[in-house]
Amino acid sequence: MNIATATATAIATETETANPAASRGAAWLAALSGNAARVAGYPASVQVADAALGGQPARFVALVPDPASAWPRARHGEAGVIEGWSLARAVHEVVQADRDTAIKRPVVAIVDTPSQAYGRREEAFGIHQSLAGAAGAYAQARLRGHPVIALLVGPAMSGAFLAHGYQANRLLALDDAGVEVHAMGKQAAARITMRSVEDLETFAASVPPMAYDIGSYATLGLLWRRIRVGHAAAPDAADLDIVQGALLAALADILADPQRDLRSRLGGPNRQASGRVREVLARQWDD
Amino acid sequence: MNHPSLLGRESFVELGARARAHALLDAGTVRELAGPFDGLVSPWLARQGVVPQADDGVIVAKGRIDGHGAVVLAIEGAFQGGSLGEVGGAKIAGALELAAQDNRRGVPTRAVILFETGGVRLQEANLGLAAIAEIHAGIVDLRRYQAVVGVIAGQVGCFGGMSIAAGLCSYLVVTREARLGLNGPAVIEQEAGVAEYDSRDRPFIWSFTGGEQRIATGLADRYVEDDSAAIRATVRALLAAGPPATHRSERYAHYLARLRSYDPARQPEPQTVRDIYADGASS
Repeated sequence: MNIATATATAIATETETANPAASRGAAWLAALSGNAARVAGYPASVQVADAALGGQPARFVALVPDPASAWPRARHGEAGVIEGWSLARAVHEVVQADRDTAIKRPVVAIVDTPSQAYGRREEAFGIHQSLAGAAGAYAQARLRGHPVIALLVGPAMSGAFLAHGYQANRLLALDDAGVEVHAMGKQAAARITMRSVEDLETFAASVPPMAYDIGSYATLGLLWRRIRVGHAAAPDAADLDIVQGALLAALADILADPQRDLRSRLGGPNRQASGRVREVLARQWDD
Repeated sequence: MNHPSLLGRESFVELGARARAHALLDAGTVRELAGPFDGLVSPWLARQGVVPQADDGVIVAKGRIDGHGAVVLAIEGAFQGGSLGEVGGAKIAGALELAAQDNRRGVPTRAVILFETGGVRLQEANLGLAAIAEIHAGIVDLRRYQAVVGVIAGQVGCFGGMSIAAGLCSYLVVTREARLGLNGPAVIEQEAGVAEYDSRDRPFIWSFTGGEQRIATGLADRYVEDDSAAIRATVRALLAAGPPATHRSERYAHYLARLRSYDPARQPEPQTVRDIYADGASS
């Protein structure tokens, strides 16, 4: 658990001064899109590229750090007010463009985001509504038949993950210590639950949903696949091959699935109650 | 407010989740599903020294509203701050999924969500987050067929991932006691410092996230008194209106255009937001 904290801290510090192109999200977007030009008109923190996936058109979307953002609480790759609405735009554009076509373009969300933006400006202008814009757009794309895939290459935290990735038909993650999923950073979580960080870590070790690492997360059954690569932060050609293969396999799996909802996430060994609740509801539903 | 109306008024805010659900559904039609006797307690709380509750803080009440099939999903703010864990989250998501399935089969079931929640229950962290993603999915699916009405009465308010759920609803009803925001004040102060957000300054918090401000800035649709009859009438009317042509969450072009006139170099005042979102109300 200490490793996870150290990694998160290291990422936060690095991005403070780093070139945005150095972020994991930007690196994977560049690799997967074959360095395709970014779609113009988006803020620097929301990078959108249209490129082929398995020979067919697809849209790739990544949240990346913008140290020059005018919004001071959203400079490290956080999902802020502008980011949420811009993600919504990137996805709605595809849905509208493919409105009358039989084949719906896949959308790939590349996830590497430390958190939602925490700040006064954000709450004032309704960051919850902006992130609802993004989550809703991804959900609508999925329901309209667009295969939506989330590829976790770095932290996938809390509200930022809800807005960018969690509505995907399939969740894929690099099997790497820099990839973690959680509802809240450790310090804040300790304070809110009135525990010490040490207590929190003790609990996390025995309670899989509280852990930060991707291995524990995998036991919840939410991930479709974990992908082992050589260089998670700076992919080489072999890594790119592996991940492209996994994306194509996910695409085929989605297209073969008659369902457009999220039921494929149920059934994980550490998520049995989620299925039981649904069974009870279904049995009692009709009068 | 005159005396007769004050005396005849039943506070909604003071009701627990179960009583709130009963207050909205037609008398004699209410059935609680996945209730306290169905053995669905949190598998995660006891091992962390937290006493679980038999309904896990979420009430699923099925019945009729105005004669139409409806399900009310009520979060109990008094249990663990209305936080959502695996079981409570699955109750809401699962009910929304069944309501959407009803509509696909020609049964026009509607849904009302009573938000009283801090968001993810941190003791169940990733399972709460996953369930909230499924609640989002359920709302977006169901609102294709029926209006999904959210109510934030107070006093817990609506925060975290569930504030995003509120932002996905077809209509949002708030009272003066309501607060709506993504991040809880204590969390913002923890992450950004007291100068950014003073969690003990209640008038400050309310001036940005309170029901009155949210209605004035078009981020909510109806502002009602803390009166069960008024809330019931408002919910009925919104359900009857059906889903709007465009949901607030789809209005990215509108909001991005509005936000261009704000300079983030300066912290906003509540009036700044009112000015910039002036005609932002969607209904």
